[in-house]
Amino acid sequence: MGKIIDMKDDNDAIDPQRRAFLGVAAGVTAAVTVAPGVLLHTVDAAPRAEPVTSDVRWGLLIDTAKCVDGCSACVDACHHENGLNLQTMPAEQAVKKWETQKPAWVRKVKLQDNQTGRMTTLPLMCQHCDDPPCVDVCPTGASFKRADGIVMVDRHLCIGCRYCMMACPYKARSFIHGDVHGQLTSVPRGKGCVESCNLCVQRRDFGQESTACVDACAAEGHHAIVFGDLKDPDSTICKLLNEMPSRQLREDLVLNTGVRYSGV
Amino acid sequence: MAKSVLTVGLVALGLVWALAQTAQADDMKRYVVAGSQAAKLESCVEPTELMRRQHMEFIKHQRIATVHEGIRIEKYSLSGCVDCHISYNAEQIPQPINQADQFCGACHAFAAVNLNCFDCHAAVPNGTPLDAAAMAAHDAAGVAAQVQSHRDGENH
Repeated sequence: MGKIIDMKDDNDAIDPQRRAFLGVAAGVTAAVTVAPGVLLHTVDAAPRAEPVTSDVRWGLLIDTAKCVDGCSACVDACHHENGLNLQTMPAEQAVKKWETQKPAWVRKVKLQDNQTGRMTTLPLMCQHCDDPPCVDVCPTGASFKRADGIVMVDRHLCIGCRYCMMACPYKARSFIHGDVHGQLTSVPRGKGCVESCNLCVQRRDFGQESTACVDACAAEGHHAIVFGDLKDPDSTICKLLNEMPSRQLREDLVLNTGVRYSGV
Repeated sequence: MAKSVLTVGLVALGLVWALAQTAQADDMKRYVVAGSQAAKLESCVEPTELMRRQHMEFIKHQRIATVHEGIRIEKYSLSGCVDCHISYNAEQIPQPINQADQFCGACHAFAAVNLNCFDCHAAVPNGTPLDAAAMAAHDAAGVAAQVQSHRDGENH
């Protein structure tokens, strides 16, 4: 009897081991079901030939001390890289509504400490949680976490319910309300789907080094964003995380985010 | 009498329309970019008969591998369709492949099947990291500059 009560008490906490077991069980089932009919072919070329693995976990480290107020290089670069600038305000829509609803994968956010008056400015995008709430709530499996830690949306499966937008504590996702024309080949996107930062997944799969926002920030000479593999102890990002104090935003939610901030 | 004349007239009109559609689909179904990878091949990535009936199944399975596993070298690829089957007008501007007189659009119009791929996917080669073979083909056809110039989508 006592044992049952103990178990009930544990129910509130997320048990990562149970999750891991379920994940492995699902994986094994899938492998057994799929393997006989599937033949993965391998070619040595620049584009990715093998499925992504969890040997890497991509992440960002943002040094807010280097982030400049009024600079929007990362936001502009993101828009250009992913074709977010293809959408314009619909003629019938109010400006205020458009400003709050237009697609934004990365936003510049200003924080003020009310007691000291200290201002901090930082770029806020999908935090690529290890335990993403958006994936938990998605009713169709469209919101998913890739093996390399990138949280993204499979637009083929997204039904546009926007539950994930409600679940995200970072307000990192946006919804496409209108028709899109002239999409980029590498970033298909269209009406009725939720979208968010995917750490430039098209760059990841073609073996490029960094993300559009990182490149833009470096080009401005600020170097406030560092991209890298959180699982590689020799990577620049890991060395920096080792040296300087950094935080997860809303660390009270225990999401183990892939994007870390220093100076907040 | 008038009614039967009208009926015959409508049927004839319908037949002419169907013939025109067939002719257009017939015209388009063999179209490939001169010098592209596809132009040198007897058939597409699978025998033609199989492609006509099964192409949607092929890309449906490929999309899982690409989106969820990040595999970008699958044999089947929607951007691959566009790379080889896109056509250019006199000014060397690529024509959206889902237009009713283009490769995908003509056949889908004939078969009366909705074509939703290009609601999200690019219907012209647009800023894609073209592989070397496709790049060479577009170079040879004298259209590479146009493909690149649409990188930021501002010309649309």
